[in-house]
Amino acid sequence: MILNKDLFTDKQEWKATRDGLGEGLAEAGKKNKNVYVLTADLGGSTKTTKFKEMFPERFVQVGVAEQNLATVASGLAHMGKIPFITSFSVFSPGRNWEQIRTTICYNNQPVKITSTHSGLGVGEDGATHQALEDIAITRSLPNIDVIVPCDALQAKKAVLAVSRTKKPCYVRLNRQKTPLITTNKTGFKIGEAQVLKEGKHLTIIACGPMVYEALLAAKELEKEKIKVTIINMHTIKPLDKKTIIKYAKKTKKVLTVEDHQVHGGLGGAVAEAISQEEPVKMKIMGLNGFGESGPYKELFKKYGLTYKDIIREAKKLVRKK
Amino acid sequence: MHTTSIKELKLIANTLRQNIIKMLYKAKSGHTAGPLGMADIFTALYFHHLNVYPKKPKHPDRDLLVLSNGHICPVLYAAMAKKGFFPKKELLTFRQTGSRLQGHPHRESLPGLETSSGPLGSGLSQAAGMALALKKDGKKNKVVCVTSDGEHQEGNTWEAVMFAEKYALDNLTVIVDRNRIQIDGFTEEIMPLKSLREKYASFGWGTIEINGNNMKDILTALHISMKPRKHALVIIAHTTPGKGVSFMENKYEWHGKPPSEEEAVRALEELEEQRRHLE
Repeated sequence: MILNKDLFTDKQEWKATRDGLGEGLAEAGKKNKNVYVLTADLGGSTKTTKFKEMFPERFVQVGVAEQNLATVASGLAHMGKIPFITSFSVFSPGRNWEQIRTTICYNNQPVKITSTHSGLGVGEDGATHQALEDIAITRSLPNIDVIVPCDALQAKKAVLAVSRTKKPCYVRLNRQKTPLITTNKTGFKIGEAQVLKEGKHLTIIACGPMVYEALLAAKELEKEKIKVTIINMHTIKPLDKKTIIKYAKKTKKVLTVEDHQVHGGLGGAVAEAISQEEPVKMKIMGLNGFGESGPYKELFKKYGLTYKDIIREAKKLVRKK
Repeated sequence: MHTTSIKELKLIANTLRQNIIKMLYKAKSGHTAGPLGMADIFTALYFHHLNVYPKKPKHPDRDLLVLSNGHICPVLYAAMAKKGFFPKKELLTFRQTGSRLQGHPHRESLPGLETSSGPLGSGLSQAAGMALALKKDGKKNKVVCVTSDGEHQEGNTWEAVMFAEKYALDNLTVIVDRNRIQIDGFTEEIMPLKSLREKYASFGWGTIEINGNNMKDILTALHISMKPRKHALVIIAHTTPGKGVSFMENKYEWHGKPPSEEEAVRALEELEEQRRHLE
């Protein structure tokens, strides 16, 4: 059982993936005394307060200095620590990308870049703070794993999972509350996609909170006899090509949905895989430009990333010959 | 293990300089002025100051040398080879396909390197991270970070300077190669750095200013760095870029180019002459 039985009911619970980060860090800190948490003046927003209270001696505040955040972490990792660097995705891996490339990825140091406030869900703060390019700039780097958890429970599991690997890692998280799709019992393995639903007409591959919108769309499409496979691609790198190819073969149509630019993100990764191994008709849903200020629910509507938009695009794709 | 004779150290520095010229000539690319200027300091570090274990490069008790300005790696490689980290003949593979001696250091390629570097401004904060980890673990290993003056134009360097003071990294020593040149010209024309000593001091650091080509000065500064202190320490080392080769000294044109065959021969003749003088 992967899906939460309360999903789509009144009992459905809402929680931000950044809360999963906070819980995951506290637990990882308890399990391993080498776990360090670093922040660049965003400790509260990124939910590191609990860890800071529990392990003040392993909490490092670097101030507003994301380049230092990444490079100090590289130095700590070199001495056997497992540093989690926390900030907003725009700043880390945005501002400090070259430092991540050289001192973390090229050095192959197990620094965990765990960043919140990615995507349109940042809302009112506007385009400067809405990271919509972070998947593209991280997944193009060698040695690193890129993970986009679909809900707060998965975020916590992802944090614990990356605390156990010896690799650099990027975990992309959100500010806004989104429904708990999974349960405590749902498994999580880096690089292993989760097939949440099987249907023969179309495969929808989503990541992050877009998985919920995809599930909602599938439910509506079913009423019109369109049966959809839903894949939660929580790991963008290494990409679970096997699962993608399997369902591309089965359904012949693939739709991807992400809260990210349409260039170089989940859709790009999936397109790279199927175009070389199992070319089928495809549609990539995401942003193609910058966002703006506004309540995030309105923004997702305006920029075409709600379940209704998925339904529309799914129907178009299914009809395509 | 540690060489204390000034004469012997000067001879080692001369050997490093000769090897730097040979490496760069063979590689037909690379940086000449910086490595020559820093040969005395690297000699002092590897043959007098640092506890390193060439046969066990990851030894937990080792001191850590972080080279931030990776482009001067010929002097690092020459010192490491002389110290016994790898066979001397490997120096001539520098910058060649398949070599462990990358054009800019790659930690994973060559045992004994503490980090990969080249992109400027990020070595000091890595060294600070290492120093912090050592302090947290109650360890006594020293961390020495070599930086260039030019990379003090990078913001990341100053982020690290603030950080080192906040966390009172008394186990961290930074050596700034104050050779006053960078690729496009003289530092004070490109982007004036003025008094780095005053800048560091205003951040709360301990400061020492020396002639980075005077072995006695270098040893004195390194000796002071080992005394108990409460802050990170910077040694501003005024060096002569291209030191030891008359036609290269203080010429920024030699920042980023290798010698031709004729120039290499002349350079080696000059260095050999200095060696005879030392002996």
